[in-house]
Amino acid sequence: MTRRAPASYNGVVLTAPFSTPYQRYSIDTAHHWIARALKGSLDSVGLKKNQLDGFSVSSFTLFPDSAVGLTQHLGLSTRWLDHVPMGGASAGVALRRAARAVQAGDADIVACVAGDTNHIDSFRQLLSSFSRFAMDASYPYGYGGPNANFALLTDHYMNEFGATRTDFGRICVSQRDNALKNPRAVMQKQLTLDQYLKARLIADPIALFDCVMPCAGAESFLVMHEDKALQLGIPFARLTAAIERHNAHADDPMQLRGGWTLDRDTLWEMAGCTPLDIDVMQTYDDYPVIVMMQFEDLGMCEKGEGPTFVRDHDLTINGNFPHNTSGGQLSAGQAGAAGGFIGMVEALRQVTGQASGTQVKDAARALVTGFGMINYDRGLCTSATVLETGVRA
Amino acid sequence: MTDPLLAPPKKNPQRRSTSPTRPPEMRSRAALGLTAAAAEGRLALQCCAECATWQYPPRDACVACLSNDLPWVDFPPQGQLLAETTVQTSPRLYYRERVPWRIGTVKTDVGPIILVHIHPDVTPQSAIHLTAHLDRAGQGVLVAMPPQETSNAMDAPLMRELTADPKHRRVLLTDARAENAPAMAKALKDAGAAIIFIGESESWRPYTARAALQEIGVEFMPLDVTDTLSVQTLAGEIGGKTDILINNAQFVRPGGALARGDVGFAQNEMDVNYFGMMRLAQAFGPGMCKRTADEANSAVAWVNLLHIGALANTPEYGAFAASQSAAHSLSQSLRSEFRTAGLRVMNVFSGPTESDWFASLPPPKVLPQSLARDVIKGLQAGVEDVWSGDIAKDVRDRFRRDPKVLERELTFGGDGP
Amino acid sequence: MTTLTDLAASLASGTIRVVDLTHTLDPDFPVIILPPEFGQCARFRMEEISAYDHRGPAWKWHNISMSEHTGTHFDAPSHWVSGRDVPFGSVDAISPENFVGPVVVIDCVAQSNANEDYEMVIDDITAWEKQHGTIPNGSWIMMRTDWSKRQGAAYLNMREDGPHSPGPAPEAIKFLIDERDILGFGTETVGTDSGQGSHAVPPYPAHYYLHGAGKFGLQCLSGLDQLPATGAILIAAPLKIKDGTGSPLRVLAMVDNT
Repeated sequence: MTRRAPASYNGVVLTAPFSTPYQRYSIDTAHHWIARALKGSLDSVGLKKNQLDGFSVSSFTLFPDSAVGLTQHLGLSTRWLDHVPMGGASAGVALRRAARAVQAGDADIVACVAGDTNHIDSFRQLLSSFSRFAMDASYPYGYGGPNANFALLTDHYMNEFGATRTDFGRICVSQRDNALKNPRAVMQKQLTLDQYLKARLIADPIALFDCVMPCAGAESFLVMHEDKALQLGIPFARLTAAIERHNAHADDPMQLRGGWTLDRDTLWEMAGCTPLDIDVMQTYDDYPVIVMMQFEDLGMCEKGEGPTFVRDHDLTINGNFPHNTSGGQLSAGQAGAAGGFIGMVEALRQVTGQASGTQVKDAARALVTGFGMINYDRGLCTSATVLETGVRA
Repeated sequence: MTDPLLAPPKKNPQRRSTSPTRPPEMRSRAALGLTAAAAEGRLALQCCAECATWQYPPRDACVACLSNDLPWVDFPPQGQLLAETTVQTSPRLYYRERVPWRIGTVKTDVGPIILVHIHPDVTPQSAIHLTAHLDRAGQGVLVAMPPQETSNAMDAPLMRELTADPKHRRVLLTDARAENAPAMAKALKDAGAAIIFIGESESWRPYTARAALQEIGVEFMPLDVTDTLSVQTLAGEIGGKTDILINNAQFVRPGGALARGDVGFAQNEMDVNYFGMMRLAQAFGPGMCKRTADEANSAVAWVNLLHIGALANTPEYGAFAASQSAAHSLSQSLRSEFRTAGLRVMNVFSGPTESDWFASLPPPKVLPQSLARDVIKGLQAGVEDVWSGDIAKDVRDRFRRDPKVLERELTFGGDGP
Repeated sequence: MTTLTDLAASLASGTIRVVDLTHTLDPDFPVIILPPEFGQCARFRMEEISAYDHRGPAWKWHNISMSEHTGTHFDAPSHWVSGRDVPFGSVDAISPENFVGPVVVIDCVAQSNANEDYEMVIDDITAWEKQHGTIPNGSWIMMRTDWSKRQGAAYLNMREDGPHSPGPAPEAIKFLIDERDILGFGTETVGTDSGQGSHAVPPYPAHYYLHGAGKFGLQCLSGLDQLPATGAILIAAPLKIKDGTGSPLRVLAMVDNT
């Protein structure tokens, strides 16, 4: 039985990238940060709140509210509403939903926002009620949180493919280089490979610089039809391809590959190019091992060749494979669910020439990959998106 | 190999005692099935009744065929350790105080992937043998052990956390006059208990076993579980040194309500078997709960010896059985009241014991040595429910199959199946 | 001036002294032990209900429980099978003048020291009367053994064949009842019978004959060494328990202090 090919994303554009500054601890709420980012996006393109007719939100700390509560809280009246609780894959998934709504005319201007607060005990609270399987079968064992889960994945990956900590360190060091050009990044000091290797262990083999810093903050962008963007006279990027997959490869004993492997052919076909045709890649970088997996699974290199790929490429802004140009979460900080948006918003800036200090020269095509939600022992959600320049700023 | 556990040094009286903390306690209802099996020392997981797929983590519908029929079945423990990490820091106090803590991912031979605690004697990426235990939160957890037994394996700090081993611990056995007292004391001594306090009531009335107990080497302490002041006084003296309390005080007489004709003996049964437990819990409980994190000789377990009549009344001893039900119910309350401290309540059920008041019953009966051995094994395994002897296991199985049918079997008598 | 006002004056001045012949009621005091198939004598127990605290801020009190025959106690005729039909045989029915009366103390200390199973015989009574005169009718007879001074296991003195403690020989009891019409008989041990009395025929003969004749018993007495051989007045009033067969009580004696 032949599967229908997904319809193209013709006409769908992204605009109005906005990032709030990040704050290590905040006494304010997720509602506060989401509103800040939403306002930022709307103001940047001269739109009013009441011109919004679609709203998608991703957040971990909105409880007891979800998207519905926010409509009344923020005074939004929409004909399309979504809540995307998919962690690092949220931007790609929110975008796919919004794109089809805009194409079908179910909504004209959709705001996609992700934001979280970070109280002193937010991390601990979040862990304690993250998922049923985590509660039953993961946290009772050492309560190391995602650090421990990813340490297990890293251990397995290293044993399976001979990756070394130095290989992972290269990713972290290059991202830190990039972050130094991003005034909003929480990490503002240089990181050497030596410092990376000597850092305090968190859960062997993961050490301090393998881990993101949880923050409060928010990211947002708007999705609309190209005609609308042209009418408004604002810079925009075109969406050319997007995929998502959940609970892929369930029979793999441990996660060495993600769901992207199942849909990347579709992605590149829709994008009309090959993996190495892209100018900049933003991966979901909660831990460097997952970054390597994203390089492999999107087709930059073969499975297990991640270390070689990293060794052979310069991942800095001016290098031959610009990657996580704002510093990624590892250096810019992880504002909860906004960590799943940071790549999309940065990619949008890159292809519309709005990236200022982190701008990759002439960036015209960007790949944004998302990964998230360790429900028990592996990340369940994956997404990938290709953006191209529409109109530059 | 694990180093043998050394006797702990004397406690520094100037240091604040470590406050009890626990690993996470919350579990879904399905996951409690693992706990229920671990409470008896069994490793069990759900196995789909329709397609025979093993399930892990525990769930409400088969991962392969969506069937809701997922009974708990004894699980083949063999597996391979695929990956591991040593947690160096945790936001959870219990683990924060105990890092570095080794965990890993096991691929079991029959399928499921399981996150486990790893015993220090396990080599990386090797074949392992899974066991199930109750952790300090009283929940079932899985441990990867080396496939061959290693020396002093139970002395590893991980295993001391998951068990109530009497080695190097100080034990209070509440009734020196009980027929099982000498066997209990001997078994405790052989298991490495540091001190055995033994409660002796009514010193104005001699009993023959005293010499034997003296020979074994116990410390006689005045204690009458029917005398509130006596219990409180002893708790004042040794409450802070009681790591394991084994309540073997028991009053038993034959007969149901009608056979007795009055409530005199029943009052004794309740006073010893039920109120005795309550008095002991009120006097010793709070102190033991404060000391569950007190290094190597922490307070760790409360042991009740119960007759199987607790589960389903045995009419020949009907009044006594009722007192056992009362005691059993109270022990469940104690489980809850001791829960936050991580103090384990272990109930050892047995059928009639080889003792005076069950003399008129036919065999099989449980010998004091067997009961004592089962108590020790239960403590060493850190379980909550022990079934000592064939009758106890039989009644347990019948009760679980259908309690009403069992009630009929026990109250009908006669010709058997 | 009446005899009573004289008495009051004597008590106030100390020429008459009040002596306490009672053991403290406490949970550790021994009780009689019967074969285990039978109901046992309940020990004395106290449950503190409040002590000027959240359970009762301005007061302290206990609930107490015991047998009618715990500690220093009184035996009524209804206590024994032989006395079951004696009229007014329960503690609430006994006429109160029976609770105050003359007391005679027969010293068997030396004999008991030499023989823990000593039984007081008629000769002991005769010897006493030679010295002090005939025992008046209606007297309490106390067999003094100084047994109350024994501590711990030595008090019940329990061995494989039962307890070993002194008491009256059956003939002595019958003599006191038939020939001297005593009010009752008292001992320092847990029973009016000797420790080995359960092996006699009938078992516990002192109980059997005393209560069959409508006489009373007192047990676990102390302080008999403070009484003269004769001349003191005993006060022994049991609790007025409905159909009671006995009760723990405060046993007092008024003794000439001159």
